[in-house]
Formats: sequence, structure tokens, C-alpha cells
Amino acid sequence: MDAVDGNAIGGLLHEVFGSEMTTTVSICGTCGTARQVGELAVYAHAPGTVVRCPSCDNVLMVFVKIHDRTCVDLMGLAALG
Amino acid sequence: MSPVSRGFHRRRQDSAENAGRVPPGQYVTKDFPVLSAGPTPHTPLDGWSFSVGRPGRQKTWSWEEFRALPSEDVTVDIHCVTKWTKLDTVWRGVSVDTLLDLAGHDGPFAMAHCDGGYTTNVPVEDLTGGKAWVAYAYDGQPLEPEHGGPARLLVPHLYFWKSAKWVRSLELMDTDDPGFWENYGYHIYGDPWREQRYAGD
Amino acid sequence: MAGTALRGRLSPRPLLWQVAKVLAVAIETASVRTIMLDVPDWPGHQAGQHVDIRLTDGDYVAERSYSIASAPGEPVALTVERIDDGEVSPYLTDELRAGDDLELRGPIGGYFVWEPKDGGPLLLLAGGSGIVPLRSILRHRQRTGSTVPVRLLYSSRTLDDVIYRGELDKPAAGVEVFHTLTRHQPPGWSGYARRVDAALLAEVAWPAGMTPLAYVCGPTNFVEAVSQTLVQSGYPPQRVKTERFGGTGGT
Repeated sequence: MDAVDGNAIGGLLHEVFGSEMTTTVSICGTCGTARQVGELAVYAHAPGTVVRCPSCDNVLMVFVKIHDRTCVDLMGLAALG
Repeated sequence: MSPVSRGFHRRRQDSAENAGRVPPGQYVTKDFPVLSAGPTPHTPLDGWSFSVGRPGRQKTWSWEEFRALPSEDVTVDIHCVTKWTKLDTVWRGVSVDTLLDLAGHDGPFAMAHCDGGYTTNVPVEDLTGGKAWVAYAYDGQPLEPEHGGPARLLVPHLYFWKSAKWVRSLELMDTDDPGFWENYGYHIYGDPWREQRYAGD
Repeated sequence: MAGTALRGRLSPRPLLWQVAKVLAVAIETASVRTIMLDVPDWPGHQAGQHVDIRLTDGDYVAERSYSIASAPGEPVALTVERIDDGEVSPYLTDELRAGDDLELRGPIGGYFVWEPKDGGPLLLLAGGSGIVPLRSILRHRQRTGSTVPVRLLYSSRTLDDVIYRGELDKPAAGVEVFHTLTRHQPPGWSGYARRVDAALLAEVAWPAGMTPLAYVCGPTNFVEAVSQTLVQSGYPPQRVKTERFGGTGGT
């Protein structure tokens, strides 16, 4: 499956975080690379949405829609915003 | 209440002809959608191996050794948690029964480990008795990387996220530890006939 | 609608689903339509942003994202390409008609946007329906009277697949348009006739020394190949903005 950009999940991010997030800077918890969220690699056709660091491929964020709730895991990030 | 989109229809299961083969909430597709949680690994065959067992006590096969094992053709229906079902998919692979017998297995549970870091947990009881394979061919052709090649786990009676792509080992465990999606809220077992999509379903 | 002011883009606002009314559906090509919408609570948008749309059938919901084809200040328009056997796109291109409701939320995205103050020179690279947000950028540039120089390289399969062809044949002053047709070219075709490669980009792209700003949009393979080539040719990565549509799956 081809990755898309963080921009493609702008709506999901806004819904979860309450504001526009694609220009927010994220720091990868594994390799330390800083990127705008819009530049991250998004795998959006899985059972959930997986956001990975474009430099080291490690998982930064995972969003899963479980019934009516969206669950978010941000453990792969060192920092967001 | 959400507005109705005039004239829009969800994909529906084909009614009578497939009755009994389509689990609740699923629709039949003729495609083979590609879903992935990460980039497609491309492992060269001379670097590929498959292991079964516990850390330090594993049986390992190289690609040549693996391909020399007895294998079988199977035709199965597969059910993805994202609601598509594909009927009569044809695979060739080595039965997990064969692999566990050769490895001298123990442990009630197994974790599949894959290139790219994906994991999923399955009870050993659901991998034996002719219910699971490590498959290396689909529809008569070598399994393509985007569908899990060189080899993937095939456990068709559970939701297809359990049929881990790019599988490299089955680690036997004493507890039913959650794998990748199970950790994020998907069901620990995943029976499509009981619609066990999420934890607590 | 033309006078709608864009409320401060940095001010937080909730992103809410709302129901728009379809005003008209225009034919762009055999498989592409532009849907013009009346969105009652539209806060305005920036060039390059997109909307999420949502279709409902009972308790079943399908969601997709589409780039806004119109410039800030123009009525909201979405351009949609019909994907064969798709779930959503054939509905939007073949079924939707004036008077229908369409649920959407937006505008979304702050990363893949261009304002005149961002400067240039601009290099816009489109693969197929990737032209949509870039067309919004071009129209915005024209409406604001910006004189930033622009080069657009647009890759399509055939001439009949070129979206906004009439508009792109009459570019504004300071805009150069280059087409490449990858599958079939008409007799007498004088444009490029192959997939975008490093040599083609070297002929079209602004030299890196001019500190250009690049926007690349289209299928993932196209965007990755083109953006990598630009970076290899000296464009700083932060001056190459990408919007990948994904290879398969989004239908």
C-alpha cells in the first residue's frame, strides 16, 4: 500500500486534536528527526491509520476508530508541537 | 441524524448465492485490496529464513529448506476487519502443523513476527488441525511483496489481520500477549463469525 | 460568497461536518467532473487545501478527501476523477446532481498551501488529478495579481485526460505550462511524450539557485520519484511540498 502525506489526514488530526495540525512540528522518538506533520508518512488503509517517520519508518502515531470513538496512540513521538 | 446521500449505496453482500459464506457486516469483493501498516519490505530470498519455537530454542529453515517441505494447495474464503470478504482464494503453502511438528512445539500461544516489525498473536490451537499455513503462492503465482511475499501466515478462519504478511517466525508463548493491532484495541482473538473486531466485542 | 473574508487562519475553530448543496456538476473529461457547491457556513479557504466529504447509506458511512479546485474567494468547487469500481468516486461523478446535499468538512490542511507572500519562483508538478490543488494555486495567484513566476509541468496519459485544458491553454502572464502525455500523443504533438524523469525535470524546473518553491501532487509513485529528483538536483527538502494521493485503495 502506498503511503500518503500527513496532509491527507488533516481532517482526522483536527478532529482528534481540536485544531489544524499539519504544520505542527513533530519529533520522532526513535531517530529524533523533526518534521511538520504534513510531511509524515501515513498508511491510511490498514485496520487503523499508522503515521511513520519518513526517515526511519518507526511508528509515530496510530489512530483506530473503535465503534464511535477514535483512539490515539502517540507513544512513538518524542514531541508534538 | 446524518443527512442521507441520495442515490448512494454501500457495497452490499451478494444475497442468496453466497449465503452462509459471508460473516456479519461483511461485503464480497472481487478485488484483493492491499492494506498495510507500513512500507512493503523487500527481503531477498537468500536472506530469508523462517523460525518456530522460543528464543534460544528454535527450528529455522532457509528458503530452500522451507520450499522443500511438504506443501499443499488450499482454497479458502478470507475476511478483512475493514469489512471486505473475498471468496475462493487459492494459496499454496506449508501447513503450520508440519512446521510445529518439526520444531517440536510447546506453548499454548504464538506470536507471528514479520519483516517491518508487524506482529500478531494467535492461539496454537487455531494454527493446528489443518487451520493455518505459511503461504508462498497466491493464485498460482509466487506471492507478491504487496500481498505479503515471500511468505505470509494464512489463518482464514480469523480476521485477516491475523494472516500476517512478511512472516519470519512463530514465537511460542505461555500467555496470549497482544500483537500490533491487538495492542491498539483490536480483538485479541478475532472471530469474524462472532464479529469480534474490537476488544470487548 | 465572493466577499467572504478569510477569518484568521491561525485562530482555532472546530472542524464541523456541514451539509452543502450541489449547485452544478461540470464535465472536465470523460472521467472527471467538477462539483460546484453552496456551503452555507464556509469560512473561506487557502489555495491547496482540501475537504473531507461523507456519504451515508443508513448506518454505513464512507469518507474521502478531495482538493478544492477553486481559489480563495470563489465558490467551493471540487474536482473528482472517477475510479473504476470505486465506491465513492462513481457516485460523485455519475449520480450527484444539482440540488443534492453533500456532507463535508473543511477547509483542511495548512501544509500544502500557497499564499503570494510565500513567494517563488513556483514550480508546480502535477500527475493526473494532482492538478486540482495546483489549479487553485494558479487561480489564487491570478486573482491576487501576484507576479511570482510559475512553471507548471503536468503529466497526463492522453490529451483527452488533461483537466482544465482550456484554462491551461491560456495561462496568465508569468505562467509557463508544460505538458507531458505518457500513453498517447495526438499527431503533431510538440510537448513531452514520456513519464517525468530527471532529464525532463532538468529542462523544465527552475534552477535550484533561484531558491524556488515546489509543489508536487499526484499518485504516490509520481510524487516520490519527482520530489526525490528535485532534492537530488539541489532543491532543499523543505522547499519541496508534496501531496501524495496514494496508489490504490482510495476510490
